[in-house]
Amino acid sequence: MARTGPKNSALRVLVWLGVILAVMTAVLAGGTVAGQASWAPKLALDLEGGTQMILAPKVEGGSDINEDQLNQAVAIIRQRVDGSGVAEAEISTQSGRNVVVSLPGTPSKETRALIQASADMNFRPVLQAGAGAAVPTESLTPDDQLPKPTAEPTNSSDINWVTPEVYKKFETLDCDNPSQDKQERSDPAKPLVTCEPATETSPAIKYILGPVEVKGSNIKSSSFQLQQGAQGAVTNEWAVNIQFDEQGTAKFKEVTERLYQFFVAAGGETGSDPKAQFAIVLDDQVISAPRSLAVITDGRPQITGGFTEESAKALSDQLRFGALPISFDIQSEQQISATLGGEQLKMGLLAGVIGLLLVVVYSLFQYRALGLVTIFSLVVAGALTYLAIAILGWTENYRLSLAGVAGLIVAIGQTADSFIVYFERIRDELREGRGLVSAVENGWKRAKRTVLASKAVNLLAALVLYFVAVGNVRGFAFTLGLTAIADLIVVFMFTHPTLRLLARTKFFGEGHRFSGLDPKRLGAVPLYRGAGRLRTPDEKPSVVRAKNTGAAAEAERRMTIAERRLAEKQEQLAGSSKSTSKEGK
Amino acid sequence: MTTNFATFGNELYTGKRSYNFVASKKIWFLIAAVAVALSILLPVAKGGFNLGIEFRGGSEFTVSNVKTTDAVLGEKAVTDVVEGSIPRVANVAGTTMRIQTDKLTDDETLRIKEGLTTAYGVTDNEVTSTFVGPTWGADVTKQALLGLVIFVVIAAVLMALYFRTWKMSLSALVGMLVTMFVTAGVYALSDFEVTPSAIIGFLTVLSYSLYDTVVVFDKIRENTADIDASTRRTFAEEVNLAVNQTLVRSINTMMVAILPVGAILFIGAGLLGAGTLRDLSLALFVGILIGTAATIFIAAPLYAWLRQGEPLLVKQAERVERRRVEVAAKAAAAPESAPA
Repeated sequence: MARTGPKNSALRVLVWLGVILAVMTAVLAGGTVAGQASWAPKLALDLEGGTQMILAPKVEGGSDINEDQLNQAVAIIRQRVDGSGVAEAEISTQSGRNVVVSLPGTPSKETRALIQASADMNFRPVLQAGAGAAVPTESLTPDDQLPKPTAEPTNSSDINWVTPEVYKKFETLDCDNPSQDKQERSDPAKPLVTCEPATETSPAIKYILGPVEVKGSNIKSSSFQLQQGAQGAVTNEWAVNIQFDEQGTAKFKEVTERLYQFFVAAGGETGSDPKAQFAIVLDDQVISAPRSLAVITDGRPQITGGFTEESAKALSDQLRFGALPISFDIQSEQQISATLGGEQLKMGLLAGVIGLLLVVVYSLFQYRALGLVTIFSLVVAGALTYLAIAILGWTENYRLSLAGVAGLIVAIGQTADSFIVYFERIRDELREGRGLVSAVENGWKRAKRTVLASKAVNLLAALVLYFVAVGNVRGFAFTLGLTAIADLIVVFMFTHPTLRLLARTKFFGEGHRFSGLDPKRLGAVPLYRGAGRLRTPDEKPSVVRAKNTGAAAEAERRMTIAERRLAEKQEQLAGSSKSTSKEGK
Repeated sequence: MTTNFATFGNELYTGKRSYNFVASKKIWFLIAAVAVALSILLPVAKGGFNLGIEFRGGSEFTVSNVKTTDAVLGEKAVTDVVEGSIPRVANVAGTTMRIQTDKLTDDETLRIKEGLTTAYGVTDNEVTSTFVGPTWGADVTKQALLGLVIFVVIAAVLMALYFRTWKMSLSALVGMLVTMFVTAGVYALSDFEVTPSAIIGFLTVLSYSLYDTVVVFDKIRENTADIDASTRRTFAEEVNLAVNQTLVRSINTMMVAILPVGAILFIGAGLLGAGTLRDLSLALFVGILIGTAATIFIAAPLYAWLRQGEPLLVKQAERVERRRVEVAAKAAAAPESAPA
């Protein structure tokens, strides 16, 4: 056989499959050695238990939370939790007052902060900014030199907002050592003195901010991306995009018009008038205070400057999930056991195993030795899926719930279907009279289209539901997509190459009666029938309505091939004339 | 048996054995219409679905300082009072048990409280009860439905592009809808509680149903690709042949898919008593059966019916008929001259 023959290419594909499996195993092994991953897949709340947190919501202004707000709170927390992976958290309300969040495993500090994070976000213009440290007592501005408002402030950027009390507060505020005491929520209509906490790259800054101009609830969405350069080329700078709703757009336009004047008046890029800045304030703390470099009329500002990918994502997440005027106190945090009885799960899994054995028996029964190919393909698909689940459990916090397990069991059926479609096409080709090698190649060409088209349906369902749905449905979509991909890999990289190789063996190639591909058993009509006669397409039997099928079949078995062909032909002619006369009325 | 099944497959392939799925469409459509109507009317008559705690909220008992953390005790305390309910019992922080049930009446609450007190050997004031909201809230349902609608629309467009006819999309969607309605109807009749697992089951059935239809339709596409040039079969007959040719595949696939699910439903939930899996496995079992049948009996005949009125296909059918008359005339003229 030539070096580039089908046998070699089949072998090459099998080797590649081995490489994929080996790489996945190596990745997982690496993760396990590093102590971050484990060989066993992670389990979801219903199977493993986890942590239950009871959160008490706090509403702006101290009033009681109403049902709408509570439901909104649940939705937002669900979004936040879903945003951190596919862990399938359980979120509900309790006594119409509290929110109960149950998470599998032990939540990380980040997750806890994310859930708890209050979300009172708004935009305020900056009036004054200064270094984070408190001004030493001896150098405090004397009372008679404190700035005094000369008139009623006319807009939020008006310096007349800075009263002596406000300025005193600003000077004494220490942002390097912020006090941990929870303070009352600020009044949105009054100026605010607050900090921007220090980060790894920048020191703490303190601000006097004007009254709230745009509310966080006016943010429609937010994303982050690499900034586009002048020529449309992607630069290395990360940027955060905000999109305001209609009201927010109008308000923000007004704000940037005013701020841009300060920016220009201060000398553009080189200027440093803090009044050209607007502060994004979350829970009364400044998370970012960009300068207004232009008038934003379309409600789609972009924030740039000194972002890393992480900090851009963090700000974007804060902006997106920040539109909830409620914050939460964690009232209690407790370990919780699995909600499903372990005994019941074992019974269910046992039943599943029995079902799998039935599949094995059925496959062998239907496809004989070919059934073994099905079973081995399923084993390879199982191995791929298992590795993928374990790796994704590590990287994406993917956890297997009971519904997920059942989804995997159903996936067996759909995975096996790819092989069944393929095998049936090969049999069809054999029936047409082809030899096995060409039947495999031709059958594959036709089966490939069907398999791809049908798996596309599953992948589409998985993708759409993953991106649109939340909670359990999202977990389901993930499992569905995972199994569809594993299935495609197996049928392309294992089943087909294996069959190509098997077709060249004596056992299959000569159609042993236990091979499942015995042409005689399949009633194949050789294309060349000897005596110089080739089968013509017209001779292919067409739809026939036999009156007494049982007896006819019995009689037929007793006929020689030649007799059978003759009988078939006559029957066909008679049958079609009959049906014509019937329909021709 | 295998021999018979292989023969069965051969005969279906050659068309020697053929089931008239397409021609008897009126019967199938009628059956489907009745089944769908029943699936809508019966649950309504019964008072709707039996929604679980995840959708409606319910009662939650907290038992502190328990002597034993055996979950079965808590389950029994609830099922003794409310038969057939599936309580969710979990151990919280060592010595506290959390038991969640469907909404209860005051009387039931009191009796379960007593039961829990004795079962876990605690005093009266160590059992507290409160109301819990749904974990599957309106927002989850809304997003799931939105996702479904988007999926169905995109799937319909993609199928129309792939098969080059919107009529296949329409037929596939009708088959899927029949599957969904009947599966939901059977589920409602079973009086099993609707749980998130059951919903996941429905979604699986939905994707399985479309998937199955695409496989069969792809064979129909193959068979009818050159229908213009053929005078052997009419369009409807060609569709019917395709369904017959893929019948073995349909049966095999259905069997492979349904065997594990059936094992979980009948052996697991029925005999071994694994109540937690029965909702999911019932939805899947019914859905896979109906989904396979709907492809064969509804989607394919509907597609043939939608297309048979097209002018080109009407002309083709006329050509087929003319040829048949000719052949019949020839056969009648020389019945003995068939070559041996």
